[in-house]
This record gives sequence, C-alpha cells and structure tokens, in this order.
Amino acid sequence: MMRFMARAATTTDAFNAVAEPRRREILDALVGGERPVNDLVTLLGLTQPLVSKHLRVLREVGLVDVRDEGRQRIYRLNGHSLKPIHDWVKNYERSWEKRFDRLDGVLEELKGREERDGGSDE
Amino acid sequence: MVAVTSNGTAVVTLPTDTQILITREFDAPKHLVYRAYTEPDLIARWWSGERGEVTSVEVDLRVGGTWRYVMTANEGFEVAFHGEFREIVPNERIVTTEVYEMPEDDPMAGSPEAEEGALNIVTFTEADGRTTLTTVVECHTMEVRDAIINSGMEGGMQEAMDRLEQVAVSLH
Repeated sequence: MMRFMARAATTTDAFNAVAEPRRREILDALVGGERPVNDLVTLLGLTQPLVSKHLRVLREVGLVDVRDEGRQRIYRLNGHSLKPIHDWVKNYERSWEKRFDRLDGVLEELKGREERDGGSDE
Repeated sequence: MVAVTSNGTAVVTLPTDTQILITREFDAPKHLVYRAYTEPDLIARWWSGERGEVTSVEVDLRVGGTWRYVMTANEGFEVAFHGEFREIVPNERIVTTEVYEMPEDDPMAGSPEAEEGALNIVTFTEADGRTTLTTVVECHTMEVRDAIINSGMEGGMQEAMDRLEQVAVSLH
C-alpha cells in the first residue's frame, strides 16, 4: 500500500540505516566534516568493532563514503543519500504549509477587525 | 530591525524516533493565533488546507474536554480526527491527544497504537508582534510516527500515483 511505500521493507535503504540512534550520532558527527574511525570511536564511546559495523551499514546505503589515508580510514557524509528521507518529510511539510497559508488569511482578518475596534486591551 | 511582512515557512523535523516537530511563524500576536487555533468557525477556515472542505468542527476547550474535526477530502472521502485536551494555558500552550479515525481497511486500524493516537504539545511564543507556533507530535511508536508523516501522501499524491498506475496499465 502507498501508505507504507515510503518505508520499504528492505533493510538496505537510508530509512532503516538512520533508524538506529547510534548511526544517527555518527552522521551528526560527520556533519562537521570527515573523520577517521578512531575519532568516531572516541566520540561515541563505543568499541571499534561496533562503530565499524554501523559504518558498514551506512556505507552500504551510500550515506557515508570512505577513503584510505595512510593506515587510517577516513569517513565522510554523503548528504545526497539523505534526499529520500528529506523528500518524505517535505511532503508532510507541504501539507502543513497549505493549512498555515490559510491560517495567515484568517489572522489578517482578525488583525484588521481588532484595529477597527480600536485594539484589544489584553 | 527590518520590517518583516512575509510569513514564515513551515519547518518539519524529526527530533527522535517517535516525535515530529512542526514550526511556523505568523505575522500576528499570539492571542489571535490562539483564537484561530481554538475557535470552531475559525478552525473550519484553515484546517483542511487545500485537501478538502471542513464539514464539522466541535471544540470543548477545557481540560478533559474533547474536540472533533471532519473534512470531506477533494477525492470525496471523509477524514476525521478527534482528541481530548490534557492541558490548556490560554494564549500559551495546549496539550491534546489526536486520534485519526482510520478507515476499517487501514492496516493499522484497531491496533492499540492507532486507538491511542498521538499527543500534541502546541506552544504559542510571541516576539515583536509575531508568533511562532510550535507543535511537537509525540507518538507511541516509530511506526505510528511514520504513518503520520506518510499521511501527507494521501490526497493529491495518492491520487497522482493511482492515475499513474492506470496509465501504466493502459499501456500494456
């Protein structure tokens, strides 16, 4: 059904990848720029294997990219992969915006009425 | 300060797995935004947005009181929501439950999550004669939260997809 189409049943999409709070922490940490794995381990206070596991999931869905620099693996955010999530929320946002546009109209009228009545004495 | 005449744009974010945060600024003092938000004849003028026509608004604005809004969507079906006020601070804050009255064929219909709905925490904050309306939608589960976000796809989007499907089928 359409209702659930936005969240596909597959385990390999961005929606599932960001459903895990720790993975969102990793993404948040990478917003400021690329970081080596060790940095992320320190920052999150998790073991290296666990951090690597989360990074692997994020890499599989394209949310992060990795490059090797000497003996270090450096990760960076790939914002483009967040677009499906962004689009998903955008749609909901638009439906609220339509309501609020109308609310603007109601408020204009209420303001006009108050001015004509000499203002309220709240 | 530069005079601001244009209105804000709704911003929706997902602060946690079970929350939705909706923020919007209005070019009006908060006592007017509060009125537009709580008086039935005013609610009827904006609540459906462009998705249909409001056919009924009942509001018993007191703690423990209930509300119910009904609209006929552009596609012809009826959409109704109801809730119960948990906290009311006039011109400042409203806490209310919000339950979507699901069609029986909805996969989530009858589930405890669906019956309980969500908790909405609405705050009105005024600065320089403008009001920021903040709504936190607190859901019981991520599934409910996601279903609410998906509801934005009903109406226009749903219809467009249905039409697309029909066209695709006709090409076979």
